[in-house]
Amino acid sequence: MATNLTVEVVSPEKRVWSGEATMVSARTLEGDLGILPDHAPLLGVLVDGLVSIKSADGEKVEFQINGGFISVAQNRVSILGESAS
Amino acid sequence: MGAQLRIYRRRMRSVKATKKITKAMELISASRIVKAQQRVAASSPYANELTRAVTAVASFSNTNHPLTTPHPNPRRAAVLIITADRGMAGAYSNSAIKEGDQLVALLKERGLSVESYLVGRKAVNFYRFRNRAIANSWTGFSDNPTYAHAKEISDSLINAFLAESGTESHGVDELHIVYTEFKSMITQLPQAKRMLPLEVVETTVKTGLLPMYEFEPSPENVLNSLLPRYVEARVFNAMLQSAASEHAARRRAMKSATDNADELIKSLTRLANAARQAEITQEISEIVGGADALASASAGSE
Repeated sequence: MATNLTVEVVSPEKRVWSGEATMVSARTLEGDLGILPDHAPLLGVLVDGLVSIKSADGEKVEFQINGGFISVAQNRVSILGESAS
Repeated sequence: MGAQLRIYRRRMRSVKATKKITKAMELISASRIVKAQQRVAASSPYANELTRAVTAVASFSNTNHPLTTPHPNPRRAAVLIITADRGMAGAYSNSAIKEGDQLVALLKERGLSVESYLVGRKAVNFYRFRNRAIANSWTGFSDNPTYAHAKEISDSLINAFLAESGTESHGVDELHIVYTEFKSMITQLPQAKRMLPLEVVETTVKTGLLPMYEFEPSPENVLNSLLPRYVEARVFNAMLQSAASEHAARRRAMKSATDNADELIKSLTRLANAARQAEITQEISEIVGGADALASASAGSE
């Protein structure tokens, strides 16, 4: 894989996490979604639950996202949540 | 010590005590401005992303949403005024309230009746004292608002907006917000803006052409869940800016109070010194006069 995803997890009060990742998985209203590099641009509404990010150094990070949505474009993934932890 | 001198000394002591308090408040506010500014900055990634997303949905689908459609015949408008909970901030709360009054007058000219939503104890007291109707009010967090507060307020406002604006209910057709924009440490401007029906404004950060998004589940659904968030984020931003402005206004008010106290102490010191000198001069002339009288009395007896 040539490129990584640039991922940001933001809540209204602060940027919770940002970094490079190889994969992001989340659950939208339509079902589980795995995002790899070069994913098509996407805007999705997330259901409350865990979003897990496999970061570039192989670590797995998980966030509890409530009332959020995900936007993917040009290998940039933003996960926005009303509360994220 | 003479009576005059004692009074001056007493006034100086009291002014000095007040100065200590205002100085402390100035320093506290100064440190809180920085924190409040950081919070404004910290909330901007979220607001920018959200605006980008909303712009994307709005430009790729021609879905009409109740939050974006202007009412053909508006009858009622809501005005949200954000002020401080505590005083000692110069004209901060008053100028926001005044800006709100101007907006209300403008709306009334257009034939709308106005519902007032207030944030901050100062606005609530102002309205209560004048027996004005308050639709809803929130107090206790003006200097440190959290997103939960913003959500609570916007939920109530969105509900009012979505409700039918019949004669009985509290439904409104327009929503305006009055807050104080934090321009810099020395300039804060009260602002009146229309929040609903929404006009999606572009982010300050231009990202070029937006890619063709896929929507999951559907553009309508995405828009449905995005727009309330967008309103919340804008209310939150207004509250954060107002909080920063409040601290800045308080710092400035307290700084001029401290300066005035300094001035007062200086002039009181001068007066006290003059009074002391006058006392000494009087004592000396009394002694000299007394000695003279004694000398002339004994000279006469010889």
